[in-house]
Amino acid sequence: MLGKKVKSRIFFLLIFLILAIILIFFVLKSLEKNLVYFYSPTEIYNKTNISFNTKIRVGGLVKDKSIVKKGNAINFVITDLKNEIIVTYNGIVPNLFSEGKGVVAEGKLKDKKYFIAKKILAKHDENYMPPEVSKALEK
Amino acid sequence: MLKNFFPNKILSIHKKIINNLVILMILIIIFGLVYSLFISPPDYIQGDSVRIMYVHVPSSFISLGCYGLIGLASICSLIFKIKFTPLIGKSLAPIGFTFTIISIVTGSLWGKPTWGIWWVWDARLTSMVILLLFYLAYIVTWKFINNFEKANKISSFIGIVGLINLPIIRYSVDWWNTLHQPSSITLTEAPKIHHTMLVPLLIMLSGMIIYSLIIFLMKYKTEVIKFKLNKKKNNN
Repeated sequence: MLGKKVKSRIFFLLIFLILAIILIFFVLKSLEKNLVYFYSPTEIYNKTNISFNTKIRVGGLVKDKSIVKKGNAINFVITDLKNEIIVTYNGIVPNLFSEGKGVVAEGKLKDKKYFIAKKILAKHDENYMPPEVSKALEK
Repeated sequence: MLKNFFPNKILSIHKKIINNLVILMILIIIFGLVYSLFISPPDYIQGDSVRIMYVHVPSSFISLGCYGLIGLASICSLIFKIKFTPLIGKSLAPIGFTFTIISIVTGSLWGKPTWGIWWVWDARLTSMVILLLFYLAYIVTWKFINNFEKANKISSFIGIVGLINLPIIRYSVDWWNTLHQPSSITLTEAPKIHHTMLVPLLIMLSGMIIYSLIIFLMKYKTEVIKFKLNKKKNNN
């Protein structure tokens, strides 16, 4: 059916691919820290060696009724429904930033519960629908 | 089906078929654009900026699909030494390359109004850049290595190695925390896009796939002719 040469080529390619996949798996595993774009409040809570002087990103949902604005300063709470982090920020937030929606804050941790953000990004989810449908769903 | 892609068959493809495809493509794209830009509703959070999706998602889809086919063609040419599969890969590469760029650029344009930033190095965006680099490596090999056999071997190798990147792109949003949102359309679950927005998306996708097919047929035909001329030259 298949020639001997073809068989050996398939064999070598398979071995090569398996090795490559294992290699890439380990590379990705060791790069995990850099691949993760942000940490959730729970991940921060469980982390043992946090440096408070390096830039870090925290992501989650903006807690309902937690946004407090004073002039340019804005305070809010990032939650993953298990743990929470209070965020303080000075500046303009993206249009999609609102309560109950996803957010990623970039800045420095003061302590495990308090975060000073330098940049706020809005993270939206994978659901798309017209406004009327969303209103109907809320009812 | 596969027989239609044999070199001799492709040469006899009538110009009429391509012309008809062009007309079909223009009609579908016009209809799709009108539907997605004017008829379809704005999103409940994103408003009108969601309309970028109707170009962004099909381009990403085609860029991944094209690479998958290149990988398949590379396997065929490296293992089974089929004569015409390198030409298929060679003709697909510029299409996938272009759509990867379109996907990255429109994604960036979409990111500014929604995320509040043009570009971040999260897992999804980074793996798309890596896909672009694989396309580039594949194209460059064909461009700069004059010996056909040698170019075929190296480019096929690149094509196969790059296949590993495809599942990484697809699942990057599930494996790691990313700024990019998870997939809305999956094989196993109901789409998370409302049908008033899903229909124009699928129309745009089909239009852009037909466009890719036209470009592929034209490019493939040229490659076959070039290959045959070269062979003739070497024989003389």
